[in-house]
Amino acid sequence: MTKKVLIADDEQNIVISLDFLLRREGFDVLVAADGEEALAKARSERPDLVLLDVMMPKMNGFDVCQALRADPELASMRVLMLTAKGRDTEVTKGLGLGADAYMTKPFSTKELVAQVRSLLGM
Amino acid sequence: MNPRRKLVCLTAGTCLFLITLVLITAALLLVGGALESGRDPSAAEGRIFGVVVLTLASCWLAWVLLSKLHENYLRATLRMAEEVDALISSGTRLGEYGSPELRVLGHAVNRLAAARDVLAGDVAERVREARASLEQERSRLAALMAELDRSVVVCNLDGRVLLYNQRAQQELCAGSENLGSELLGLGRSIYHLFDRSLIAHALERLQHKLNSDAERPSAQFVTATRSGKLLLAHMSPVLAAERIDQEDAPVSEITGFVLILDDITATNERDARRDALIQSLTEGGRGPLGSIRAAAETLSEFADISPEQRERFLGVIQDEARALSRHLEGAAKAFSDDLRVRWPLEEMLGADLVNAAVRRIGERSGLAVKVDTVDESIWLRIDSFGLLQALSFLTTRLHDEYHIREVRLALSLGGRLAQLDLMWFGTSMNNETAMAWELDSMTTGGEATPLSVREVIDRCNGEIWFQRERVSHRAFYRILLPAADSPKEVPRSIQLPRQGSRPEFYDFDLFQWSASAHELDDRPLSELAYTVFDTETTGLQPSEGDEIIQIGATRIVNRRLLHNECFDQLVDPQHMLSRESIGIHGITPDLLVGQPTIDTVLPAFHAFCADTVLLAHNAAFDMRFLQLKQQALGLNFDQPVLDTLLLSAALHPNQTSHRLEAIAERLGVSVIGRHTALGDAMVTGEIFLKMLPLLAGIGIHTLRQAREASQRTYHARLKY
Repeated sequence: MTKKVLIADDEQNIVISLDFLLRREGFDVLVAADGEEALAKARSERPDLVLLDVMMPKMNGFDVCQALRADPELASMRVLMLTAKGRDTEVTKGLGLGADAYMTKPFSTKELVAQVRSLLGM
Repeated sequence: MNPRRKLVCLTAGTCLFLITLVLITAALLLVGGALESGRDPSAAEGRIFGVVVLTLASCWLAWVLLSKLHENYLRATLRMAEEVDALISSGTRLGEYGSPELRVLGHAVNRLAAARDVLAGDVAERVREARASLEQERSRLAALMAELDRSVVVCNLDGRVLLYNQRAQQELCAGSENLGSELLGLGRSIYHLFDRSLIAHALERLQHKLNSDAERPSAQFVTATRSGKLLLAHMSPVLAAERIDQEDAPVSEITGFVLILDDITATNERDARRDALIQSLTEGGRGPLGSIRAAAETLSEFADISPEQRERFLGVIQDEARALSRHLEGAAKAFSDDLRVRWPLEEMLGADLVNAAVRRIGERSGLAVKVDTVDESIWLRIDSFGLLQALSFLTTRLHDEYHIREVRLALSLGGRLAQLDLMWFGTSMNNETAMAWELDSMTTGGEATPLSVREVIDRCNGEIWFQRERVSHRAFYRILLPAADSPKEVPRSIQLPRQGSRPEFYDFDLFQWSASAHELDDRPLSELAYTVFDTETTGLQPSEGDEIIQIGATRIVNRRLLHNECFDQLVDPQHMLSRESIGIHGITPDLLVGQPTIDTVLPAFHAFCADTVLLAHNAAFDMRFLQLKQQALGLNFDQPVLDTLLLSAALHPNQTSHRLEAIAERLGVSVIGRHTALGDAMVTGEIFLKMLPLLAGIGIHTLRQAREASQRTYHARLKY
């Protein structure tokens, strides 16, 4: 069964690459351009994993992550946070709010794919 | 009994004794005669006559002798006593009179007096010397304080200011809403400027460190001034001489504190800007780089990508790369001033640099130096020592290797960059040589430094290059230096104290001052702090719309008129000036254009007067003007008020005039700057200081006594 991945990022230029990569890896890919949309799609589509950017309009990645983790029905959903700020405090905050892993931009696409795979137990 | 009566009594007594003696003798003779029963009565009569004559002669002799003795011993002694009394307080000597014994005593006393005079002269001389050296030390201290590049304020434990320097005054008072007013002044409370609890807390920490035997106890705090500046204050204690407590341990007692203040507003802002820059460069780049990297890796990873997709990825790369460039460019521009090398640079007037260069080049290399056009307005931020070394080094080599005899210097401004040219005519020199000189380590006149010209210029964040104009045979080194803003006005030298007067920004006698300890009323007049003020007005009737147009004030602290702490402010009366009033105060309407109105001036003046006794000549007049305004402005001039007019009337009730000039003349105060508010305030202050000892002479010592005496005077009942 193909795994479903939600990409939540408002930067179109990174979404293009992520979308392409993950499709090539055989995932079902959904895209959300802001925090609210991400939360809505996560609830309706139940993806197996969310690639969650921190800096997004309307609702930031932290808040989305928190909302996802507050919902027991979504407990099995994996969250991989992406950020353009590399501060330790932020990484710790993200993990503290329940993210499964954290990657700082710019990242290697190979590592990203490997991380996604390992989070999904593939 | 007075000496003369004594003499008379003594003489009378002696005579009585002699007469008695004679009478007894005569009686005995008569009795003897009777027994012999009239043998020769005439002989007996003759004897009696002889006895009487003898008696009278003895009486006369006794008188003469006694008055001689009286003159030489008794009166002379008393006279001597009087003269000794006089001698104690003056330099006179005892005269030559009285008995030889008394004269010997007189000489001895004179010798004693002479010895005392020598001693007194010696003591006076030492006191004078000590005072002179103290005065000199004080002046030195004052000069030093004024020169200090940091703000210094010294306070006693009450928070009263004992010393401050001009830098402190500028830093603490600049930009505050109180125009012209000196919030910082001798005897003023530091709590007008800093929060009381902040100082108390720092003092507590100081005491704690002191108790735990810290080597050099000090405390720090950061605070914002009213004008929004950020100050870092270092506080150190002023300790009293060590005394020994019961357990024989030395105890240091804090009697005051020293505050050294640094304005860290700029540093803070610079640091904040640097942080922002670093952040924007690191974090701001991550997003675009992330996109570029992902696109690039995808492109290289997947060879089978469709042309349209390839186009899209390339588009992403181009797009993000452009965004990144723009971001970098913007950051570099915005933070260009902060990206410079941090070398301690000083701000210097460009013209001063040129003049210094002329002198130095002339001295070191013996070349003639001419100054071309120099823009006098340019300020530079430079390492002036290094720069002068560089100029000197280059000219020396020009002179030694190319026999150049004359160079010219020019300074001009192009945008934010100053351009310093070192020019010469004649012998052509190639670019390689010029470059080599820039990179050689500098040696001039025996001074060697490992630095090169280029390094010095780099330090100043500048650039240097060599250029030649073939046609005119002119060659020059052009040095580009970033121009600086002209610095805030910081006086480098202090006004020397006027002859005979002490400099006025410290007063250590205030250490003994504790304002809270006494009720003002019973404090001696000489101990109080006064604000001496005067106003100029549009007319004499405040109730009919006349307004204040000038307030001038100065302060008296510890019996000194403070010439440095003045309040001098023109006020726009929003009201026409009458021709007659212009004749008196000389303030023409055009002088009042753009001046603040009373609404802003009076609160500032109120702050200036805080904690002082108000003093004015004919104070009732000025107070009427103040009181008419105070309510509307929510102020209250409720300080005690003294009036030199009333005090003068109390002092000299028989004088007809108590005008300021008349009093000044009586008390020997020279009047300058009369009929400017500040000038009159100064005269009033000087008069008051002259009055203090005179008032003490008629038993007026305290504020209460002065007020009561004022009320008693006739003038007090006059209404204006």
